[in-house]
Amino acid sequence: MTLKRINWPLWSGLLLSLFAFLSYYLIFVWYPTTRNFPWANLLLFVGAVALLVAGFRRAFKTDRPLRSKIVASIVTSVGVLVCALFLFIFFVAAKWIPAAPGAPRVGQKAPDVTITDTNNKPISLAQLLSTPIEGKPPRGVVLIFYRGYW
Amino acid sequence: MRSVEKNLAAFNEAGVRPVAISVDSPEENRWLVQQAGYSFPLLSDSSREAIRRFDIVHKGAGENGQDIARPAEFLIDSTGVVRWVNLTENYMVRVRVEEILAATRDLK
Repeated sequence: MTLKRINWPLWSGLLLSLFAFLSYYLIFVWYPTTRNFPWANLLLFVGAVALLVAGFRRAFKTDRPLRSKIVASIVTSVGVLVCALFLFIFFVAAKWIPAAPGAPRVGQKAPDVTITDTNNKPISLAQLLSTPIEGKPPRGVVLIFYRGYW
Repeated sequence: MRSVEKNLAAFNEAGVRPVAISVDSPEENRWLVQQAGYSFPLLSDSSREAIRRFDIVHKGAGENGQDIARPAEFLIDSTGVVRWVNLTENYMVRVRVEEILAATRDLK
């Protein structure tokens, strides 16, 4: 196969769609502006789909062998599936979280729970609220519950 | 959590202590503190007592189907009363540290 025969738009479209997917977790997740709404990834996916469509159409020109039409169909499907998977993870699956109707509301007393620090010592919310910050009694505590490191 | 670390001076100035809580074990937290260089407390709720009492258990959503926390942030004043809450509806969308700091300004 000569270089000219390679369907460049098709393959670069596939690579770009993979990059658009992975770059969220590797790059954009670290910046609040690109993490909370994945506009950077959506733009990359738009570019990827445009390339895939161009490559697909190129493969279906009459002078192309059947083999490249089959390859183009598979590659285009994979690229579009990667795009769909990202949209699904971000906009559908990420919303499958419980609503927490019984969580303490503004104005209510928070339950005085006891948790464990990194030295295996129990520490209560009351203790967190009374341990001084830079020599002064704290005005409050922010509890940031997260899903875990794994 | 990196943004909390970057804004620790602002939290100190506000007199508010940020603490991060997950069901990870104290050992895992110690490892993470060392890896990431966090200087605010990472606390372990491996018994799930805290997430149960705050009603923020996400059943079976963790590794091997374990119960974990759904993301949630609570600002609690020195009398133990909740002053600000954030319960995201999409776990990819996290609270911005600026929102928390803005809420601390309304504390007495």
